[in-house]
Amino acid sequence: MSTMTPAADAHGHDHAHEHHGPPHGITRWMYTTNHKDIGTMYLWFACTMFFIGGTMALGIRAELFKPGLQFFDPQFFNSLTTVHGLVMVFGAIMPAFVGFANWLVPLQIGAADMAFPRLNNWSFWLLIPAALLLIGSFFVPGGAAGSGWTLYPPLIIQQGMSIDMTIFAVHLLGASSIMGSINIITTILNMRAPGMTLMKMPLFVWTWLITAYLLIAVMPVLAGAVTMLLTDRHFGTSFFNAAGGGDPTMFLHIFWFFGHPEVYIMILPAFGIISQIIPAFARKPLFGYASMVYATASIAILSFIVWGHHMFTVGMPAAGNLFFMYATMLIAVPTGVKIFNWIATMWRGEMTFETPMLFAVGFLCLFTIGGFSGLVLSIVPVDITLHNTYYVVAHFHYVLVSGALFAIMGGVYFWLPKWSGKMYNEGLGKLHFWLSMIGFNVAFFPQHFLGLAGMPRRIPDYALQFAEWNMWSSIGAFIFGFSQLIFLYNVVSTVRGRNAAQQKQWEGADSLEWTHLPTPMPYHTFETAPVVK
Amino acid sequence: MPWKHLRALAGIAAAASLSVPALADYHVDILPPVTPVSSEIYSLHWGIMYVCMAIFVVVFGAMFWSIFKHRRSVGAKAAQFHENTTIEVIWTIVPFVILIAIAYPATRTVLAMKDTSAPDMSVKVTAYQWKWEYDYQQDGVRFLSNLATPRAQIDEREGPGAAKNDNYLLEVDNPMVVPVGKKVRLLVTSNDVIHGWYVPQLGVNQYGIPGFVKDAWFKIEKAGTYRGQCSQICGKEHGYMPIVVVAKNPDDYAAWVKEMKAKAPPALPEAVPQQASAPAAAAAPEQAPAAAPAAAPVDPNKKWTMDELKANGEKLYAANCAACHQPTGKGMPPAFPPLDGSKVVTGPKAAHIATVLKGRPGTAMAPFERLPDAEIAAIITFERNSWGNHTGEAIQPAEIAAARK
Repeated sequence: MSTMTPAADAHGHDHAHEHHGPPHGITRWMYTTNHKDIGTMYLWFACTMFFIGGTMALGIRAELFKPGLQFFDPQFFNSLTTVHGLVMVFGAIMPAFVGFANWLVPLQIGAADMAFPRLNNWSFWLLIPAALLLIGSFFVPGGAAGSGWTLYPPLIIQQGMSIDMTIFAVHLLGASSIMGSINIITTILNMRAPGMTLMKMPLFVWTWLITAYLLIAVMPVLAGAVTMLLTDRHFGTSFFNAAGGGDPTMFLHIFWFFGHPEVYIMILPAFGIISQIIPAFARKPLFGYASMVYATASIAILSFIVWGHHMFTVGMPAAGNLFFMYATMLIAVPTGVKIFNWIATMWRGEMTFETPMLFAVGFLCLFTIGGFSGLVLSIVPVDITLHNTYYVVAHFHYVLVSGALFAIMGGVYFWLPKWSGKMYNEGLGKLHFWLSMIGFNVAFFPQHFLGLAGMPRRIPDYALQFAEWNMWSSIGAFIFGFSQLIFLYNVVSTVRGRNAAQQKQWEGADSLEWTHLPTPMPYHTFETAPVVK
Repeated sequence: MPWKHLRALAGIAAAASLSVPALADYHVDILPPVTPVSSEIYSLHWGIMYVCMAIFVVVFGAMFWSIFKHRRSVGAKAAQFHENTTIEVIWTIVPFVILIAIAYPATRTVLAMKDTSAPDMSVKVTAYQWKWEYDYQQDGVRFLSNLATPRAQIDEREGPGAAKNDNYLLEVDNPMVVPVGKKVRLLVTSNDVIHGWYVPQLGVNQYGIPGFVKDAWFKIEKAGTYRGQCSQICGKEHGYMPIVVVAKNPDDYAAWVKEMKAKAPPALPEAVPQQASAPAAAAAPEQAPAAAPAAAPVDPNKKWTMDELKANGEKLYAANCAACHQPTGKGMPPAFPPLDGSKVVTGPKAAHIATVLKGRPGTAMAPFERLPDAEIAAIITFERNSWGNHTGEAIQPAEIAAARK
């Protein structure tokens, strides 16, 4: 049946399952168990949180535009940096990737839906109370958590009820992620179409399979850590209180045992998306598919033994610092392999540069720079002089914004024609890319220099020698921030417009959703599994 | 080290950039190192930068060659190759070798940084929200170090264009002073939350963790003033607890120790007898108040007048209390409650004294036991007789001493 034509599929579908179209009104979204609907909701949720977190970022950059306090008191500034981080990590990047997984995993492996559709609905709707708790914590006495997104005790013990709200929000988000991961793993391992062996799966599916295992391994660790904070705050325990026999450093160890795999949770699916986009626009198969899979797995395994590189300044023994330095440096090897493979995919291709490819190339350039600064930071003595400075802020924005976020943007432009059945405005897409690219680099490249000169992060005001680069950084941030409105407009006008997309909008795309499914897609797809040769 | 000679190049670049005044504030490099360890950090950083730049040229060269040559608009036709075991093995092994070359000098520096043995002197550094305390145990000198930038400059009360000090936010009332050429071991800890003692030019960035003492060391080779800041977010005033280290020649250092000892024998709860040091601030009002110690020991049983106490108290309040409770006494509720009209401040004095001495566990209110009796008495008297508070009570140092027992 691998020769089944899309038209036949659509036709057969219409006849047999007319009553399976989406119901109308709000209940469609509340009760839906359809992976496409849930994926859409995840993506809109992520988009909303992205704009909320982005507004906070612009508040931060406005305050830092020049020395002196102009807008916020320092405690509110601390709340902004903290909630910006939490919202972007747990509210924007992670749900966006889960949205991609919901949409694409069943389509790319030829499954009819996710393995546990009701669980899927539940894991999405848990995000809403979590987001309300997180954002609502700004409005309780004492203001939102002001401890940095890492929630280090004892500082976190001092604050008011917003901390408890943050802890419950993290619990809900963790539960949601674990359920989502169980769903994704079960779907991938059990529901692949006949002939779709593991090593034939598109790389996006592979990266999500590995990411889901990381999530299941570390989200309970985070839940445990924040639960210990909760009992230290309210029930008289002393896990992190030296006066009661505890140790604040233990929280750092537990947090970063979660935290470092979390970093790869946010980048591996991005690797997957880029590995779909680049071959499509180079019109050439992905170079080194098997080594890509092995490199992804290696990065995931190494992520469990490098957490100490976030803590070189706590005063671990030399042997500890050296172990974490060597392990961290090792990650450069599989990451390098991936970069080389992508470039080899482009090599002697027949490239065109529509918006998704622009974002993929932007990802490749800027993620590589973020990788270099990561290598610099892995060296313990250099890290000691750069730890908790703007160099670190620059580093992780290069891997998370121009890494994860650029991949998400590229992925949205790449699949929007398939998802919505309509084609976006290419000119606006390119404008969005170039403004993002320029704004991002103006905002974040100077932060390397600020860090080298010794400017600590999370400060509302700074010494005069940091003024010039901070001004540039703020200008860049506002360009970047406002250019995202172009993205929002482009997506909304595409979805509401009538510019029909083709079944195979990108001639080089070769996964099942492009080759086997019509555009626009029916509400239910692959009710009869395709056969993959 | 393989890239020692490259430092010369970096030095020329740095000198060139500094010689252009217009660009003086566009720093693009690590600040000039002044200790053996920070010199090694400096050359390590440049070494890694050169390795990264070389890889950058190769990788981006290939990528952009491909972008410009292998595109449809110039008539490229797609090849269909998709693997090559030889090249894949090569580009796995080559980075590995490069990493080993980087790891070797880095390891030597790590071991050097961690070697805190045989110091010439030790200084215990205790972090508080939001100030530093330096305790020179061998020399018998102990003092607090507070931000010296006036609040009016930070809040821009004189208008947005008003000038700021040259060392805005990086200036303190009492700097840490150390002798040049001596190995100084720091014993870093904290009284409340995690802080970070960070002075970039010394190559030291060490968390102070409450309940634990961690050590680090530096040996400054050049007399001068070196500035840094708290590196770990520690609450509201995290951005306002700078560190200033002044390196002096051994003779000047000895003179400084003598001067500090004359000014203030350590005034510590555990170091009896208690010495009243605050009145000195009244005698020399232009002196910075927080830890500016008395010129001579004062009789601890001396009775102070209300005016003396209030005058001292106002300055001490500004240095120790106003960050949270605000100069207006209105606080920033609910995290930092108001003192103006507070039940504790206008109620029985025993509860007020106990709160200041012991703090309020579980809140941001830290214990202030470390301040001398006379300073606490002055602060409490000021609080009980300012804003809308008119208890009319003058608290004497002897009452604080009694409350400590």
